[in-house]
Amino acid sequence: MLGPVLLVALLAVPAVGAALVALLPARHDRAGGAVATGFAAVALLVSVLLWWGRDPGSAHADTAALTAGQPPAAAWHRVDVAWAPDLHLRFTLSLDGLSYPLVLLTTVLTLLCCLHAWRRPPGDRSAVLAALLLVIEVGVLGVFLAGDLIVFFLFFEVVLLPMYAVIAGWGGPDRRRAARLFALYSLFGSVLLLVGVLVVVNAAGSADLATLTGGGALPRSVQLAAFTLFAVAFAVKAPLWPLHSWLPAAHTQAPTVGSVLLAGVMLKTGTYGLIRVGLGVTPEGLRAAAPYLGVLAVAAIIVGSLVCLAQTELKSLIAYSSVGHMGFVILGIATATPTGLNAAVLGNIAHGVVTGLLFFLAGAIKERTRTGELTSLGGLREPAPRLAGLLGFAAVASLGLPGLAGFWGEALAVVAAAQLGGPLWLTLAVLAAVGGALAAAYFLRMLRKVSHGDPGPAVSDMDGRAARVEWTTWAPLAALTLTLGLAPALVTEPARDVVAELTAEEAR
Amino acid sequence: MIAAVALPVVPAAAGLLGLLVPACRRRVAAALAVGATAAALALASWLVAADRQVGWSTSWLDVGGVDITAGVWVTPTAALLAVVVAAVALAVQVYSPGYLRGDDRYGPYAAQVSLFTGAMLLVVVASDLFLLLVGWEVMGLCSYVLIAHDRRLAEAPRAAVKAFLVTRIGDVGFLLGVVLLGVGAGSFRIADVLAHTYDPATLTAAGLLLLAGVAGKSAQFPLHTWLPDAMAGPTPISALIHAATMVAAGVYVLARLFPLLAGSATTMAALAVVAAATLLLGAFAATAQDDIKRVLAWSTVSQLGYMTGALAVAAPAAAMFHLVTHAAFKALLFLAAGAVIHAVGGNLMPGGLRRAMPVTFAVSAVGLGALAGVPPLSGFFSKEGVLVAAAAAPGWTGWLVWSAMLLGVPVTAWYATRLLLLTFFGPARTDPPGPETTPPTATVGRTANDPPWSMRGPMLALAAPAAVLGLAVFAAPWRSLLGLAPPHLDAAVALPTLLTVLGAAGAWWGWRRSRAGDPAVALGRLRPWLAVGFGVDAVQSAVVVRPVTALARATRNADAVLVGGTVAGVGRAVSRLGVGLLAAHRASLPRATTFALAGVLLLTLALAVGGVR
Repeated sequence: MLGPVLLVALLAVPAVGAALVALLPARHDRAGGAVATGFAAVALLVSVLLWWGRDPGSAHADTAALTAGQPPAAAWHRVDVAWAPDLHLRFTLSLDGLSYPLVLLTTVLTLLCCLHAWRRPPGDRSAVLAALLLVIEVGVLGVFLAGDLIVFFLFFEVVLLPMYAVIAGWGGPDRRRAARLFALYSLFGSVLLLVGVLVVVNAAGSADLATLTGGGALPRSVQLAAFTLFAVAFAVKAPLWPLHSWLPAAHTQAPTVGSVLLAGVMLKTGTYGLIRVGLGVTPEGLRAAAPYLGVLAVAAIIVGSLVCLAQTELKSLIAYSSVGHMGFVILGIATATPTGLNAAVLGNIAHGVVTGLLFFLAGAIKERTRTGELTSLGGLREPAPRLAGLLGFAAVASLGLPGLAGFWGEALAVVAAAQLGGPLWLTLAVLAAVGGALAAAYFLRMLRKVSHGDPGPAVSDMDGRAARVEWTTWAPLAALTLTLGLAPALVTEPARDVVAELTAEEAR
Repeated sequence: MIAAVALPVVPAAAGLLGLLVPACRRRVAAALAVGATAAALALASWLVAADRQVGWSTSWLDVGGVDITAGVWVTPTAALLAVVVAAVALAVQVYSPGYLRGDDRYGPYAAQVSLFTGAMLLVVVASDLFLLLVGWEVMGLCSYVLIAHDRRLAEAPRAAVKAFLVTRIGDVGFLLGVVLLGVGAGSFRIADVLAHTYDPATLTAAGLLLLAGVAGKSAQFPLHTWLPDAMAGPTPISALIHAATMVAAGVYVLARLFPLLAGSATTMAALAVVAAATLLLGAFAATAQDDIKRVLAWSTVSQLGYMTGALAVAAPAAAMFHLVTHAAFKALLFLAAGAVIHAVGGNLMPGGLRRAMPVTFAVSAVGLGALAGVPPLSGFFSKEGVLVAAAAAPGWTGWLVWSAMLLGVPVTAWYATRLLLLTFFGPARTDPPGPETTPPTATVGRTANDPPWSMRGPMLALAAPAAVLGLAVFAAPWRSLLGLAPPHLDAAVALPTLLTVLGAAGAWWGWRRSRAGDPAVALGRLRPWLAVGFGVDAVQSAVVVRPVTALARATRNADAVLVGGTVAGVGRAVSRLGVGLLAAHRASLPRATTFALAGVLLLTLALAVGGVR
């Protein structure tokens, strides 16, 4: 019974680490970064260990799911304890193949971010920054592990304040506005999520996700209402056009590690929620809203790409590209087919890896040239051929080159939409594919402005060499990009049972 | 089976590995690249010798509903094309160290060429459309990085972006076509897709969409515009792109999926129109170029029109045969052009190089003769096969393709002769042949010499097939590789041969009349228009590029104003509401007390009412 222990440890380790680091005196700043990195490494180790001992079936012996007479989701590990019995609150954690890749992504990216914050601190108080990163990790992991709607909501909220602090404390010149926008948007979404959760819990009499999955306990009208609330809440987080305007601001102003975690894992809580809660708990709501969701997703793809094409700032361009990429993920979810869900799962992970790498690289470039304006950059391949090469690699991965990670999510989303058939979904498939060509256009424009041409003053004076720690943070992400591109089944195979279950409910 | 799997994997792996080799280890990079390509050539040759179908696949990604597989499917034609690809790539790899002497980025260059080769071989052997797509687009990427290789050329990055982007636009169609076929058949395996019976509408739609992708890769009108600009890349890369990879991929994929195309008359008609337009547009544009490489580039566009034209008249075997001979003589021509450029230091036709560079002259003459279709050089036989197929084809499409092809024959002979005369005959020119071009930056022909053996070897090695490969049509085993019909050379041969002679004589006469001047003077006022390829670029810029850019700006502004503005407006409204409430709270003490007491009263009442229940 090591599984439940590991599950709790996965949340406890970064939480304890954050507390320890926060308690360190300010003069031990570097040591704090080291401690945080150590705890993040332990968390990664724990998440890796969770792979072993996954035994679908045995974990459910004592769950409410079996008593409800429903086949439970194929959870690998599960913790279910009474929390506040008077309020019927239970603390339920559950790990399955849908959440596991995201859990791994979170622990990997947090470790890389802590390492980065430790070795290349963006200003002073880097230990506090590292502690905040660990708190964000706790929140995000909690969302992915939550086996209960209330727990899900609580962890969804945990992420907000530390991310606000990261942006407001270590961000660029316009950080206050960006942080405020982020917080207000997120709070708006949270309120709706809370109402949605309460509606569902009141109507179903249970908050257990395994029980709720399939929507059997909820009448159609409740599902429609609850899904509307969920959809808006998750659309803010994902973000889905037109609720995205916090994202470019936050990304552009956030420090490198903040951008990486924001794009890499935090956005995924939105799309994960849409799958786990939106499709899982209120499948009829999602089915009813699918055309609208699909249209908005494709609008996000096209608008995001077009805006990118006219962007003049490096980080803001990458941020807007996220809007397009998450559009593909949401298009996949909107189809609610196995292909679409697999597209979403692959797109989520690929976006986390590739955009994380892009933000690390953009941070490295901005750190050296002190500018992110595309007009002042240019000729990067002369002083820094390897950095330029890696930026090119990340960009082509992001534009969806087949054979690299970004391709699968986008291509399968198109396949899923085409599978549904009919004029609407075929049009959406075509437009999404056109969005892929637009993505190529804006990334190639970016590379032409950044890598090629004659070096301007900002670039020719830069130090083209990368520190060892930078290679240490970039190399795993680059390797993952190639690995996932060649072997996408690494992500979809674990999720297979869950995807089948979620979409089987849909077919009923 | 292992040989077929290793065929793309070996060069691709060598390419990825080569990217990690430090820049100073030139020899390591060269050894890795040449070794891997030679290994690929050996594997491909072995597959041809084995002469049987190899099919193997395994599940790659199971997404429920459709199974995406990874595997190889080697037919004799595929094996033959693999040999061609590997042979041209090997020639390029051997040639490149000499051509790029003193270039400190030779290492990544060689690695990228290996990756390019691997990607093309993947297209050749892939048994699944998704796997094919991987090779297909990785090629686009490789062409992009290689065209942008030369940092001294200001236009190189733009040309590189254009190459990737134009082909990528075609690939939107290709991806959608693949998706339609795969979703319809429930499998993306080529064999399953070919075996499935589609309804006519789907078949037509998928065929047209695939055609868009092929038009991008194989430089068919109207997506051919990237190919002439791609000349900004190093010359060996041009040889690779024009002969063995990229442009060959499109024609090959059409031949491989031919039964699907042939199932729809609309698709075939569209193919015929595109082929005829491409063929003539390329041939006429080639007549007015001053840059050696641009003449060759437009000639590739035109020759690709011959190949797609052959497909349009339902002769995939003839198309593949022309593809193979074209690969040999076009790679040869580019390597020879590279030798000239290397020697004189400029891209314009210098004149008078015949004595200074006898080997280059000889191989160029062979290559240009094959291009023009002079018997008994390779191009003569393959072009003859294509023409015979077109002449026999029924309907208006057959007539269209055949007449376009016939018209193309003298034009091809004309520009090939012009290229030969202006480069190798007459006095060495210091002034440019054209009125509006920049003067050559270089030393004059007198100091020019034939290239060193590392570059001369590949040229000579390619000259042999460029000369005699056409005769293979008389060998039954060769024909069975391609599924080619036996040749029937009858009186019909006389017409294209006569047209070739006429075209060549026309160029020669123009050259003599103007005392070793440019025969293109005869084009008169058409010349500038032909030189820019009929202005298709300008049309594309006006119809696609500028509107999209404007739309992008408008969207960015609208996004900032509408979405951002709405959010900011909500924020302001809430702030104002807050200020108003604050003002209401800042009341005098008696009023505040009144409000507070009223609140207490209300609460008490509420509790009393609620408590009773």
